[in-house]
Amino acid sequence: MRHGKYPLIITFLVPPLILYGVFVLSPYLQAFQISTTDWLGFSADANSVGLDNFVRLFKDDYIWNALKNNAIMLAVVPVVTIALGLFFATMLNMGGRGGRAGVAGVRGTATYRLVYFFPQVLSVVIIAIIWREIYHPNAGLLNSALKAFGINGPAWLGDPRTAFWCVLAVMVWANVGFYVVLFGAAMQAIPKDIYEAALLDGASRSVTLRRITIPLLWDTVQVAWIYLAIAALDGFILVQQMTDGGPNFSSDVIGLRMYNTAFGTDTRFGYASAIGVVMFFLTLSVAVLALRASRRDRIEFS
Amino acid sequence: MTLLETEASPAKAGPGADRPPRREWGVANVFSHGFLFLWALLTTLPLLWVTLSSFKDNDEILTDPWGLPGALRFDNWRRAWTEAHIGQYFFNSAVVVAGSLTLTMLFGATAAYVFARYEFRFRQVFYYLFVGGMMFPVFLALVPLFFVVRDAGLLATWRGLILVYAAYSLPFTVFFLTAFFRTLPQTVAEAALIDGCGHFRLFFRVMLPMARPGLISVAIFNFLSQWNQFILPQVLMQGDDSRWVLAQGLSALALSQGYHADYSGLFAGLTIAMLPVLGVYILFQRQIQSGLTAGQLK
Repeated sequence: MRHGKYPLIITFLVPPLILYGVFVLSPYLQAFQISTTDWLGFSADANSVGLDNFVRLFKDDYIWNALKNNAIMLAVVPVVTIALGLFFATMLNMGGRGGRAGVAGVRGTATYRLVYFFPQVLSVVIIAIIWREIYHPNAGLLNSALKAFGINGPAWLGDPRTAFWCVLAVMVWANVGFYVVLFGAAMQAIPKDIYEAALLDGASRSVTLRRITIPLLWDTVQVAWIYLAIAALDGFILVQQMTDGGPNFSSDVIGLRMYNTAFGTDTRFGYASAIGVVMFFLTLSVAVLALRASRRDRIEFS
Repeated sequence: MTLLETEASPAKAGPGADRPPRREWGVANVFSHGFLFLWALLTTLPLLWVTLSSFKDNDEILTDPWGLPGALRFDNWRRAWTEAHIGQYFFNSAVVVAGSLTLTMLFGATAAYVFARYEFRFRQVFYYLFVGGMMFPVFLALVPLFFVVRDAGLLATWRGLILVYAAYSLPFTVFFLTAFFRTLPQTVAEAALIDGCGHFRLFFRVMLPMARPGLISVAIFNFLSQWNQFILPQVLMQGDDSRWVLAQGLSALALSQGYHADYSGLFAGLTIAMLPVLGVYILFQRQIQSGLTAGQLK
C-alpha cells in the first residue's frame, strides 16, 4: 500500500481540514482571544482588557442566577432521564415472560420503541413550540384537562415558580426515547447464556437486573451520563424558544445569557466570549468528572 | 419496580394447558405495562393534538382544546404554506441540506478513509483534532463564527450556511466512518492494489461501495441534525427572511402568532414541518435508530 499514496492522502485530507479549520477550530480558538477584549463588534477597535471580563463575570448576579439553573439541570436531567430510560428499556427487552431464559420483551415492544423515539427526530424548535401551546394558561392541553377536574391550573411558563421546571420536564421528555433505544441496543448485546445461568441459580428478576444487567450496561450508562451532562449545560435553544429565560430570569441558562449578550439587545462580544470560555472549561470539567465518577472496571464478554 | 419472578399457579394450568405455562399478566406486569403505555401516550398525544388542531379554527382551539375539529380545514395548511411562507422555508431547508449533506458525506468519507487506511505522520494528531470537535456545544464558538462568516462575505447566504453545516458535521462523521472503514477487510484492498488498481480508483470503486451501510447510517444522522438545525441559521441568516430555513421560520411564526392570534395557522405550520420528518423516520426506523445510537456506543 505504499506506492503513490501521498497524492491521495493530500487530496482527501486537505479540503476537509481547511473547512474544519476555518469554521470550527479557528472560532473556538478566537473565542479565547476575544474574551480578553472589550470588543463591541462592528468596529475594528478592540482594547485588550486582560482578565477584566472574567472578573466582572464573577460579580455578575445574572450569570450566577443562570449557572444555578444549569446546576439544577445538571443534577436532575441526567438522573431522571437515565432512570426512566433504564426502566423502559428493561421492560421492553426483558419484561416479558416468554423467550429463552425469560428474556424477552413485553407485547408491543416494537410499537413502543417506535413511538418513544418520536421526539428525537423533531427539531428542538418544534418541540418547544408544541409544549408552549400545551402549557398555554387558557387554551393549553394541560390546564383545560385540569379544569375538567375543577382545578384552576397555574400559568406554567408564565409563573416564575413553575417556568423553569416546565422546561426541565420537556428536556427529559425529549431525551428519554433516545436512551431507551440506546440502552435497549446494549441489552441486546448481552449474551443470553448469562441470564440462563442466573435463572438456573434461582436468581429473581430484580436481582438479575441489579447484579447482571446494570453492571454489564455500565459503559453505556457512562456515555449517556456524559452526553446528558453536556446537554444540561447547553439546553439553551429549548429555554430560548419556550420562555426566553423568563419570567423575570427565573428560567435563564448560561447559554442564553451568552447569546443575549452577543446577539440580543447589546453586542458585547468580548464579554459574551468570556462567558463562552467559562462554559468551555465547565463543560470540559463536567465531562471529565462524569467519566471519573462513573469509572468502573470494564467488563467485556467475548 | 417489583419485577419478581412469579410462576404461574398450578391451579390455573389445568384448563389453559395449550397456552405457555408462564402467564404474561402478573400484578407487576400490569403495573409496568401501565407505565409503558403512559409514556407512549405522553409522546404521541402532543403530536396528535397538534395535527388535529391544525384543522380547527381559532375559536375551537381557544375554547375546546381537547375537542375534535368540526371540519377538515385544509385552508389552515394553505395559509401556513403560502402566507406564513412555510413553503418557502421548506424549500430553503431542502436546498441547504441537500448541499451540506453532499459536502459532509464527501469530505467525511474521504477524511475518514485516510485516517482508517493510511499511515502518515501526525495521523493521530489530525484525527483527534477532528474528533475533538464532537465534545463541545456549538454555541461556544458562535461569536467568533459569526465574524469568520461575515469576513468571508458569506453572511445570510446559503453557501455560507452549507459550508458551516458541513464543517460542524465533520467531527461525528469522521469519527463514525473511520471506525467503519477499519472494520472492512484489508485483503480486498490489497488484492485490488496488486491487480494494478490505483489508490483513487480503489476508494471510489471498491471501498466506498463496501462502506455503504455505514455511509447510509451516518447520512441519515446528518440529514436529521442538519434539517433540524436552528442555532446556526439563527445567527448566520439574520435579516433577509426569504432565505430562512424551516426551523427559523417556525420560530418566527410562533412569535408573530402572539400578535396576529392565528393559532390555527401556527398549528398547521407545525404539522407541515413535523409530518414529513416523522414519515421519513417511520419508513427508516431501524436505520435511524441504529444510526443515531451506534455512534455513541463506540
